Amino acid sequence: MAAKKAAATPEKDAPRVRVSDARPGLDPISAPDRYEASREELTEFYRQMLTIRRFEEKAGQMYGMGLIGGFCHLYIGQEAVVVGLQAAAKEQDSVITGYRDHGHMLACGIPPKVVMAELTGRAAGISKGKGGSMHMFSVEHGFYGGHGIVAAQVPLGTGLGFAHKYKEDNGVCVTFFGDGAANQGQVYESFNMAELWKLPVLYVIENNQYAMGTSVNRASAENELFRRGESFRIEGMQVNGMDVLDVRGAGDAAFEWVRSGKGPLLIEMMTYRYRGHSMSDPAKYRSRDEVTDVRTKRDPIEAAKQLLLEMGENEDGLKEIEKGIRAEINEAADFAEQTPEPELKELYTDVLVGTYGS
Amino acid sequence: MPIEIKLPAMSPTMEEGTVAKWLVEEGDQVEPGALLAEIETDKATMELEADEGGTVAKILVEAGTEDVKVGTLIAIIAREDEDADAVEAPSGTSDDASPEEDNEASDEETSAATADAETVKAKDEEPASLAVDPEVPEGTEMKRQSVREALRDAMAEEMRADDTVFVMGEEVAEYQGAYKVTQGLLEEFGGKRVIDTPITEYGFAGVGTGAAMGGLKPIVEFMTFNFAMQAIDHIINSAAKTNYMSGGQMRCPIVFRGPNGAASRVGAQHSQNYAAWYASVPGLVVICPYDAADAKGLLRAAIQSPDPVVFLENELLYGQSFDVPAVDDWVLPIGKARVMREGSDVSLVSYSIGVGVALDAAAKLADEGIEAEVIDLRTLRPLDRKAVLKSLKKTNRMVVVEEGWPTCSISAEIQALCMEEGFDDLDAPVLRVTNEDVPLPYAENLEKAALVKVADVVKAAKRVCYKD
Repeated sequence: MAAKKAAATPEKDAPRVRVSDARPGLDPISAPDRYEASREELTEFYRQMLTIRRFEEKAGQMYGMGLIGGFCHLYIGQEAVVVGLQAAAKEQDSVITGYRDHGHMLACGIPPKVVMAELTGRAAGISKGKGGSMHMFSVEHGFYGGHGIVAAQVPLGTGLGFAHKYKEDNGVCVTFFGDGAANQGQVYESFNMAELWKLPVLYVIENNQYAMGTSVNRASAENELFRRGESFRIEGMQVNGMDVLDVRGAGDAAFEWVRSGKGPLLIEMMTYRYRGHSMSDPAKYRSRDEVTDVRTKRDPIEAAKQLLLEMGENEDGLKEIEKGIRAEINEAADFAEQTPEPELKELYTDVLVGTYGS
Repeated sequence: MPIEIKLPAMSPTMEEGTVAKWLVEEGDQVEPGALLAEIETDKATMELEADEGGTVAKILVEAGTEDVKVGTLIAIIAREDEDADAVEAPSGTSDDASPEEDNEASDEETSAATADAETVKAKDEEPASLAVDPEVPEGTEMKRQSVREALRDAMAEEMRADDTVFVMGEEVAEYQGAYKVTQGLLEEFGGKRVIDTPITEYGFAGVGTGAAMGGLKPIVEFMTFNFAMQAIDHIINSAAKTNYMSGGQMRCPIVFRGPNGAASRVGAQHSQNYAAWYASVPGLVVICPYDAADAKGLLRAAIQSPDPVVFLENELLYGQSFDVPAVDDWVLPIGKARVMREGSDVSLVSYSIGVGVALDAAAKLADEGIEAEVIDLRTLRPLDRKAVLKSLKKTNRMVVVEEGWPTCSISAEIQALCMEEGFDDLDAPVLRVTNEDVPLPYAENLEKAALVKVADVVKAAKRVCYKD
């Protein structure tokens, strides 16, 4: 069966940003500008993206060594999305995502060592070793998971948005989900209520082109996912998710829109995952050339590095940053390997909060 | 023959209603389809239409009369060829469920309704619970209340006490609740806290769960728990498991509530008991009350709980009235069963509507000299295992009564508990009396045959007493 539309892989000449017109005649969102970062800001974006990349590479190695069990979904290639958006968020905002969550946690400011210790199933892990890769949370950092059921985070994030509005705390819930989750019915149940009740929710579809091994075009009748909110009158934006400054620029416009009480907004971030869906990926559904092509031409970290060099940063300074990150990640890995497993009594804790009965 | 207008059943579970207002007077000519009266039930107000035309000859039940039984003769219409003035009101109508056999004498026009109301009251006054709940001090003033009103009061009281409590679901606000359980809440608390949702169970169960994670205390009403199957992923995967998976960081203080189990003549898709499903899930609290006092006290406890609670009500119990202690802080402990009736020969263990079946069976058994102890489990998770084992130790015989399927049921769990921990106390195998193991049929006779029956409980109790 021929694809209905051209493949949506992020091409070099793809438009930087497109907007839908979900509400003809009503204040459409205007295409945001690319963010003009200072050297210090871009250096920070670079540092965060590289931290996620090195963390994920290390997690992949540790999985190979048998130190991490179960499912492990790596975020390599998609770093610009969460880093650019989190840079535009405010303290009162909340974040929720699916199972590919390590990058989001690091971008929320959660220390790498407690994330890595969760991956190795240790007591010092952020979920005391009881959640694992897909189930991590930090209420303190406004990170509400880490959810293992595809798209379950979408109504949950909508509910967090509901709570922001109810409490009048001026917060926005950033609800991340993938192109695969975008085909679940509960996404549209959520869209309906969010727009109906004008909830402060920023829906972010991280379109990394593949739901496990099924490309967007093989699974989606409307493959321009930023238009998926149109029948609910939710405005959409498609953004180059491989450029942290495009993401940041879109993020500023999006948060402003949602925070001003206009209701939810949908952003489709065009991105790409270099690694398999999980650690046990057959890699049969796409060519190595396709991956190599994106990696060499569109890598968000390499792009940020080149821009920094153009802005006058020198190679040595960037090497220092990289060195610091490697040290931090190695330390996290050592900690995660050495820190003890949970005590057996933890098996029975945290099932219920209250105590009941005689 | 003049046309007899009898109080119709306007819903499958309606047993009585109020003749709120007559829209015609004696002597009026009416066309077919003309509106005759407004009939109110605790659930709804409906208009009664004339099927055939004629002259209103007699109005037999005054406007404002409450508790008129379905089938009661309320008016007579003379056909076109009949003389309205010559129509005689029958000398009385039945005070039982068969209004055709109206032979008993009475002079007053409204006697039928009055008699019926008295019958209802008399029946109500038979105490359902013969044992005093240990939490109620003797001499506490009691208020007669339906289960429906008790549930509403529980929500209203918690909403007054805590601003973060809100209720959402289909038709909970402007419609006043599909079963009128949320009646009046919109008026008192406003649209911010009493929220009509679209028909979108999966979605709003997830939104409620997310709001609970975000620090609020939602009460999510399912119109019935049959529809919660569409939402069960959020109840179990999102609400029940997250606290554990987060190492105790992510609280989810939410109540999922609504009617559960068989209603009346609504067929298999609307007639399932989910108690065993939810009670099998660690991370949930599951409460299944029988009477109004428990409905109120346990719903308040559920709303106050820091854990996700599945609160299973029963539509057939909504309209039943019971005594509720008239105290300000009527909150009952979760996880404690209740002895509904003391007895020494056999224990009948049940929950929800099954408790009524067990109590009726116990009354019949008493007539035959068998003293049954009736235990209402009230909370199904965590289960009050001690109370079950204590009663078994006392009677050495047990029958579990459950309005639900037998396989992998609460009764199966109780049987396993008695085998594992009460074996030495058993003088007979623990039996269970449940619904038949079939989807609930629609036909009246088949439905009746499929549901748990008092006679079967009596039979099982005699069997474990070796008196059959």
